[in-house]
Amino acid sequence: MVVRVQNGDFDIGAELAGLRREAPQSGALVSFIGLVRDMGGAVRGLELEHYPGMTERALAVIEAEARDRWPLDACLVIHRIGRLGPGEQIVLVATASAHREAAFAAAEFVMDFLKSRAPFWKKETGPERARWVAARESDESALKRW
Amino acid sequence: MTLTLRYFAWVRERVGEPSETVETGAATVAELVEELRGREERYALAFADLRAVRVAVDQELADFEAPIAGVREVAFFPPMTGG
Repeated sequence: MVVRVQNGDFDIGAELAGLRREAPQSGALVSFIGLVRDMGGAVRGLELEHYPGMTERALAVIEAEARDRWPLDACLVIHRIGRLGPGEQIVLVATASAHREAAFAAAEFVMDFLKSRAPFWKKETGPERARWVAARESDESALKRW
Repeated sequence: MTLTLRYFAWVRERVGEPSETVETGAATVAELVEELRGREERYALAFADLRAVRVAVDQELADFEAPIAGVREVAFFPPMTGG
């Protein structure tokens, strides 16, 4: 799998075309894109921090687990860090497999674990103050279904 | 022994720096936290509620009872909020 942590934006079209070239045998390609929600001015943007080194290790473990469970031909994770404005792309998870069931399930699995097992933290900047986003109970319980 | 400590998100803000090197005789993460708490107010503040703090030992998630003999790096941070 390819894991990229970067400041800059990514081009979904180019990334998915790359996966198609990498996995021509795949009949299914699933992609998930996480976005900064535009809350009409209530949130000015996000600041994303991560733990260099551990992030890559954690994502590699998540990917290995996904590959153990489903027959994946390719898997791509891109996660942005730094300052992001409303509407911007935060994360891309894409999985390719022979059939759609594995690609859908693996993409969801990788996202669920990425949310609470990969060392990223979000800070929301509002009109008056900034606050660290709290982890949600539902994110932790989402792991139990796997 | 010499240990690199790293802090992220609000733990980093409360401690006031992203990383530091410390000399410690602590056997576990919990003992290390006790040492830090006793050192200065900012650590006591950062580690006031350990239920809100997660720990990684040499870049792998661990718990507060984890031994730290031979370890190079211990990191403290709130629950992760990626994606």
